[in-house]
Amino acid sequence: MVDSKHQWKAWIYLSPAIVLLLIFTVWPIINTVRIAFLEGYNALEAAYGVQFQFGLGNFIKVLQYSDFMTCLKNTMLLTVLTVPISTILALLIAVALNSIKPLQKFLQTIFFLPYVTNSIAIGMVFAAMFNIIGLSPDGMRAESWGIINNVIMFFGGEPVNWINAQSSYAANIAVMTIYIVWNALPFKILILLGGLQSINKQYYEAARVDGTPRWRVLTRITVPLLSPMLVYVVITSFIGGFKEYSSIVGIFGEKMGPVGADLKLNTMVGYIYEALPEMNYGVASAAALVLFGIILVVTLINLQVSKKRVHF
Amino acid sequence: MAKKKDSVVMHERDLQQVSAQQRVMQGVVKAFTYLFLGVMALIVLFPFYWMIISSLKDLAEYRLNVPTLWPQKMVFYNYVEAFETADLAQLFLNTAYVGIVSTILSLVITVLSAFAFARLEFKGKDAMFAALLATMMIPGELFTITNYATINEFGWMKTFTVLIVPFLVSVFYIYLLRQNFMQVPNELYLAAKVDGCGDLKYLWKVMIPLAMPTLISITILKMMGAWNSYVWPRLVANDDAHRLITNGLRNAFTTTTGDVNYPVQMAAVAIVSAPLFLVFLFLRKYIMQGVSRSGIKG
Repeated sequence: MVDSKHQWKAWIYLSPAIVLLLIFTVWPIINTVRIAFLEGYNALEAAYGVQFQFGLGNFIKVLQYSDFMTCLKNTMLLTVLTVPISTILALLIAVALNSIKPLQKFLQTIFFLPYVTNSIAIGMVFAAMFNIIGLSPDGMRAESWGIINNVIMFFGGEPVNWINAQSSYAANIAVMTIYIVWNALPFKILILLGGLQSINKQYYEAARVDGTPRWRVLTRITVPLLSPMLVYVVITSFIGGFKEYSSIVGIFGEKMGPVGADLKLNTMVGYIYEALPEMNYGVASAAALVLFGIILVVTLINLQVSKKRVHF
Repeated sequence: MAKKKDSVVMHERDLQQVSAQQRVMQGVVKAFTYLFLGVMALIVLFPFYWMIISSLKDLAEYRLNVPTLWPQKMVFYNYVEAFETADLAQLFLNTAYVGIVSTILSLVITVLSAFAFARLEFKGKDAMFAALLATMMIPGELFTITNYATINEFGWMKTFTVLIVPFLVSVFYIYLLRQNFMQVPNELYLAAKVDGCGDLKYLWKVMIPLAMPTLISITILKMMGAWNSYVWPRLVANDDAHRLITNGLRNAFTTTTGDVNYPVQMAAVAIVSAPLFLVFLFLRKYIMQGVSRSGIKG
């Protein structure tokens, strides 16, 4: 069957994809690993023919650099906070959506809406909602506290300086967590609801005959049968969490922090992009490999843990 | 005898009571379910609501101590100002150009590759397909560094080429379309060959119409990708002639905190979000289908 004419044709069809992949995917993998291990690799010096020694210098530089540790801390903290919150909330919403008939399609559409947004643009809306507008020069009196603080004050709480100058780290992280969770919900609800709808109804009928309480139905039937979907959602959101970047740009701008505290909320990806225009490819490559390593390890741990618990 | 009948009656009454209780319980649970969903839906929708009403207020009203939930005096000049401040017309054109050209080229490449993997036989096919899938696990940031250097070498900085070419091949789309093509029975292809129908004609007349839903999903996701892309365009083409919409929006309104003219900013955000909502409104099915299979944003 396989004649040479066919082979020739297949390669013609594949050639555009192969050429582009070789240049923009395969070569980058090789080259990034290569320059990560070249001591102090810098594009400008490389252009002048400077030879670089093989070594682990870039990695040491990355790990010793205090800014990198800030980025790592921010990234980890946001991931650890947002993954469980968004997953549990998405699960509850999906279960609730699955249990109703009227309005189900309508509500499902509403919950999917944040997905089709631009994370920079809607980040600006969140910034507007949390911002204190027109603080007086002494910083004591606000012209307007912003809608979120207005709501808090309506319920008798104290207004918070969420994202303005001199705002606290906890407040910044709280805003980012809320925004990231809001952004992450639609995808998770979509996947989990899809999973729920494919669960065999007989399990639930059996539980009803036995008079099983709702909570037990959720923890003993729904969650185990949904576990492959849950694992998928958790893994993708861990990966997404470690690559967090543009949602922070959306709220805090390219300075990655409140006024007067640039880079306070920088992340690992932000760190890599910062090194690029300065031609510090060696450090950037090492940081990218560290990021890749972390993602790989976390994914493997996730798979290992789920192997024991997932009901396929 | 009578005693037994009594107990049966008792039992029935008990059952009735229990089922009445159950019905009340079910009603309460239903009510709570709707309440929960309603509150969550309001939270999800609130930012959109706030964006729209803020863009219709004048600055003085926006800064009122007690905010109004509906504009007292509806004004539209914020939109005019937003258009001028961010030069949105130019940004729209740039983004549309990049989006359309990259979508068309990407579709051609994807269809040809998927066809080769689904229908043609050649040495090393399976190994190559597996290698392609393996590249999907690597985070894109790893490619960015070398790609940045490569396009610098090519002299592509600040061109439309750099916004289009590096992302033309998506392994995931090839995979998706190949799965779709595989479902078309092979007999159809062989019959077409017997009738002297060439590969390309067969692809165009049979395969593409059958895979239309997938192709539409790919098109929408690709266009949305161009609309929402931020990081790469900012690195490589952040000049007036080539800037894309997201980047332009962020550039024109650099500050998000402090004494900002939010009504204008919110108007700009609303203009940028509008096309996405329109696409969503009319093509929801394809977007949700594509997303649930891909798990990739944009």
